[in-house]
Amino acid sequence: MNLHEQFADDLALYSLGSLEDAERQALEKHLAGCPTCRRELELLRGDSSLLALTTTGAKPPARARQRFLAAVAAEPRMPLVTAPTPIRSVSAPRRPSWWTSFGWPALRWASAAALVVIVIRLLRQNSELEGNLASLRTQFQAQLNDQGSKLEQANEVVATLLDPEATKIELVAAGNKPQPRGKAIYQRRNRNLIFFASNLPPLPAEKIYELWLFPASGGAPIAAGLFKPDARGSATLVNPPLPGGIAAKNFAVTLEPESGSHEAPRGTPVIVGVGE
Amino acid sequence: MPNVDSNATTSDLVLVAAVRSGDQGAMAALYDRYSSIVYSVALRVLQDTGAAEDVLQDIFMQLWRNPGAFDASRGNMASWLAVIARHRSIDALRRRRPENDIEDVIVSIEPDLASEADHSRAMVKVRGALETMPPPQRSALEMAYFEGLTHSEIAEKTGEPLGTIKTRIRSGLLSLRKVLAA
Repeated sequence: MNLHEQFADDLALYSLGSLEDAERQALEKHLAGCPTCRRELELLRGDSSLLALTTTGAKPPARARQRFLAAVAAEPRMPLVTAPTPIRSVSAPRRPSWWTSFGWPALRWASAAALVVIVIRLLRQNSELEGNLASLRTQFQAQLNDQGSKLEQANEVVATLLDPEATKIELVAAGNKPQPRGKAIYQRRNRNLIFFASNLPPLPAEKIYELWLFPASGGAPIAAGLFKPDARGSATLVNPPLPGGIAAKNFAVTLEPESGSHEAPRGTPVIVGVGE
Repeated sequence: MPNVDSNATTSDLVLVAAVRSGDQGAMAALYDRYSSIVYSVALRVLQDTGAAEDVLQDIFMQLWRNPGAFDASRGNMASWLAVIARHRSIDALRRRRPENDIEDVIVSIEPDLASEADHSRAMVKVRGALETMPPPQRSALEMAYFEGLTHSEIAEKTGEPLGTIKTRIRSGLLSLRKVLAA
């Protein structure tokens, strides 16, 4: 590894938070422009975490578990609603994605249908409950409205993320040239894959980018979609067709000839996952 | 709300995905799997059960509120939580505000210690490496890691030159990496 030796000892101390002011500032300045030393810092943090793991053995008391579960129950969360405010695109009219046109409306209707069924059953169940029906309806309607607004909010977030017209700007350390990068989010169980890439070089003539999934089993890479980035080098792939049940070890993007078979990589890698 | 299989083979990623969906059962499963690691580290640093419980509660509540902070591509969950537990405990020890949110910590361990068996084997190796380490080196490493001392504080405490302390800490960390790779 071409680690900068003059920083080697300081890097180890920094990974433990033990490096003091002037030296820390000098190292942080160097780290901002040195991916090799940043990578070594991650490894040193991993090494030091081994020290932490040697302490295992003490069990927290049962009261700690009760306290935690009570706190979790007191803060229920709805799926996907993590953004405090909806993120709005600055673009012109949004094209509905597969998600907006099918996924969320279907969920909303399913939720609404389930609630209506419950209300009807309650109506029929017992005449003694008649007096409570009005308040039950109000309660269910409030839940429905609440769920609807949260789903709408989530819908906005997803639509913005996937909107090709949305302004997408990547921020890097000042003075650095943006590097090609990508992020693959893959869920084996449902074969869901979302891939974002940015700062990709413009495609040469008759070339195309291709995403590959490297199976954890060590088998041959699996084609996970062809794509062309936009003028700013950004691209998004959502749920390309993939075989089921494949655990992924890594992902990579290669530059491929546009024509011919795309079943096995022929071109050169452009970006690869750091896990490899 | 879906119930998550509490079987130990349910992967961390599946549990984290369920937590993202607001599944409290999945959060309890993650707590059961990793609370001992977090608590042990906190107790070792803080030497106080009440303070260690507070760190434990704080870290798992942050994970509940922001499960996306765990990035499986950059390290396994046990190591990630251990590092965060150590950060938080040192902060508490020094009575200062937390310097980092949980999402700020990136840890890379090679090879990945995903399975319980891998983890146990690695711990035997690491404990062995610590036991065979020259006592001054082990002591410098532990003072930096578990007591949160700076290199000049360690130098002052031990009467050793600053450069010696720096070198000892680095070679100590590298020897842990080496023993794990062997």
